[in-house]
Amino acid sequence: MWRHIGPAFRLMFAFTILTGFLYPAVVTELCQVFFPRQANGSLIYRHGRVLGSSLIGQNFTSPAYFHPRPSAAGVAGYDPMASGGSNLGPTSRALYERVKADVAQFRAENPGYQGPVPADAVTASASGLDPDISPASAFAQAARVAHARGLSRRQIRHLIRDYTQKRQLGFLGEPRVNVLEINLALDRLAQDRRQ
Amino acid sequence: MTPLGLLNIAVFFLVILALTKPLGAFMAEVFQGERTFLHPLLRPLERLIYRACGVRENSEQRWTQYAASLVAFSLVCFLFVYAFERLQGLLPLNPMGFGTGHAPGGATRMTPDLAFNTAVSFVTNTNWQAYAGEATLSYLVQMAALAVENFVSAAAGVAVALALVRGLARQQSKTLGNFWVDLTRGVVYVFLPLAFVGALVLGSQGVIQNFRQYTRAATLQGSTDVIPQGPVASQEAIKMLGTNGGGFFNANSAHPFENPTPLSNFIETLMIFAVPAGLTYTFGKMIGDTRQGWALLAAMSVLFLFAVFVVYGAEQRGNPILTRLGIERSATARQPGGNMEGKELRFGIADSALFATVTTDASCGAVSSMHDSYTPLGGLVLLFNIELGEVVFGGVGSGLYGMLLFAMIGVFIAGLMVGRTPEYVGKKIEQKEVKMAMLALIIMAANILMFTGVSSVARFSKRGYWNPPGAAAENTANAGPHGFTEILYAYSSANGNNGSAFAGIDANTPWYNVSTGFAILIGRFLFIIPLLAVAGTLVAKRRIPSTSGTLPTHGALFVGVLIGTVVIVGALTFFPALSLGPIVEHFLMVQGKLFPAVALPW
Repeated sequence: MWRHIGPAFRLMFAFTILTGFLYPAVVTELCQVFFPRQANGSLIYRHGRVLGSSLIGQNFTSPAYFHPRPSAAGVAGYDPMASGGSNLGPTSRALYERVKADVAQFRAENPGYQGPVPADAVTASASGLDPDISPASAFAQAARVAHARGLSRRQIRHLIRDYTQKRQLGFLGEPRVNVLEINLALDRLAQDRRQ
Repeated sequence: MTPLGLLNIAVFFLVILALTKPLGAFMAEVFQGERTFLHPLLRPLERLIYRACGVRENSEQRWTQYAASLVAFSLVCFLFVYAFERLQGLLPLNPMGFGTGHAPGGATRMTPDLAFNTAVSFVTNTNWQAYAGEATLSYLVQMAALAVENFVSAAAGVAVALALVRGLARQQSKTLGNFWVDLTRGVVYVFLPLAFVGALVLGSQGVIQNFRQYTRAATLQGSTDVIPQGPVASQEAIKMLGTNGGGFFNANSAHPFENPTPLSNFIETLMIFAVPAGLTYTFGKMIGDTRQGWALLAAMSVLFLFAVFVVYGAEQRGNPILTRLGIERSATARQPGGNMEGKELRFGIADSALFATVTTDASCGAVSSMHDSYTPLGGLVLLFNIELGEVVFGGVGSGLYGMLLFAMIGVFIAGLMVGRTPEYVGKKIEQKEVKMAMLALIIMAANILMFTGVSSVARFSKRGYWNPPGAAAENTANAGPHGFTEILYAYSSANGNNGSAFAGIDANTPWYNVSTGFAILIGRFLFIIPLLAVAGTLVAKRRIPSTSGTLPTHGALFVGVLIGTVVIVGALTFFPALSLGPIVEHFLMVQGKLFPAVALPW
């Protein structure tokens, strides 16, 4: 077997250079040229400072913002350094109690909403960084946001429709609303009114 | 299940079928040394590698030499990766200072046991991860150690499959090809070009690709987030194509930077099955009868479609314990319904179920949703997929050689029924082949069940070295049958070189790192070596013409025999263990029983 070690070592060295350095270097160069925004994390800037990424969810608790899904990333949720899900199984008591509390909170925060709670609104995502909520969850929160901002529900519903991303290519995935983007739009709306 | 969800699955399956022939034909040309459209560009590179490494392109190896080359190569790979991991603090491209004094708080240390586990895992195409990438590894280790393994371990798997196919295709010969040449051709002509295109497509969707420091963001609500960065797109592409599955980030393909859109998800799912599907055609082409390849693909397709509909159905029905709290169960135009715990909204139920089925059918192990939070029946299918030996499309190479092993056992069982010496594609399957095939299967079963048994009962001292939580069963995040399933899944995944997890289990302790590491090694090499021995005896035999007494291995009857063999062997072996885990959990769930034990007043 030892006479196989020589070629093994040399080939490993060659493949490390080829696939470990040249390949990622060329891909980096091309991505930076053709897709610079995406390659650097789809960052959102305001007043020249990084506010976040349109792909990475942030936590929102104020009633004047749309709230994201529950998150198991880090202790407080939405910690981009601790991506991951709850990993609680279907018969977990901890899961049951968490969801029960989240349902109660969702009802308390959105007293105007009577329907069943949208499935995504009280379940933690796989990454803990899910940037989206379902349109149903957004509409359920519309009355609260409108009230907190002194806007009409019609305006908020209109905004939700504008910010609903359809299924990609018409059939892939789910329709969704990006929480950070719609909340930024809310802030812009408020700013426009002040001016 | 919604019409649009079913359409997603149908379109996926049709695209895979459409890719099978062109990709398979291309690979047959590449591995038989014929000229392809990429040769003007890549042939000089291939020759350069042979010259620089002293590989003689035209020399051939017997099965023992072929196996020795594979083992030697894996050993060198292991040493490379282990060294990179342990020395990352001294090496460049480490903007976050992992492995040094300035590592961010909460970073995981690359201890010897974790480095051993990770190196073994990537070298064997398993990509089991007991660490969180964004909080453990420098860009250099991810890119120049782990991603390189994604290429070469995939090409090594294909090489083994090629050796077995040559064993069937050639007659009265002694040699099975040249491992170094097969390895090089796999990397240069198959994986590198596909990964290059794939990386750019994923990059266009928002997968990141840079070498910057992690970004500090001042959030709208006034806190500070640290957003990780890195060369992800280049690694993501080969991670899927090579059915490796090791995520750059902890959340793997659920992380928005690895898999930002439904389209990127669709492409990543396709990338898992593309090469394994193509290899069935390559097999047919190399033995001179493409119907044989299509028969394998048909058996795989039946098993795949059955599994995906069970998983999709189970996840859409959701968890009755949660739906009784007043949560929408059905899919509507504005929300997905079903069991959304551990799933990303942009993928919903259908695409998550599809990805999960594909990643466990293949030995990929990337996840776009957390399998631990699946319903018991959904999780059961994922676990069973792995325990079937990952032969439904399967890993690159490993799916084909695993399925060929089942084909030999299938014709053997059929031969017993009619009292004739079984034949497969013109080769007599005799005592030695069947013994070796059974040996591989028995080792696999023992590997999973014995380690699971030991970890279910093993006790260690609390806060000791081997397992600080105490008993090995204490590492599970869930109590009751689900906790047992986490352990069973861990060793099934390790043995099958899958790499996905019921990730609630805290696997980063010396006991789990070492035991899953050995389970991985056994699952890889004690399967491959008996298989290469089979190839070695088959290659010496004559191909005999089929007679009226031969079971044709390209018709519906054989496809049925093959499916039956795979399912029955898997079911007989694992039913007892599965009934202690997901099966009993299902019945407890519908009765409203929770763990730690409490019964809901239904």
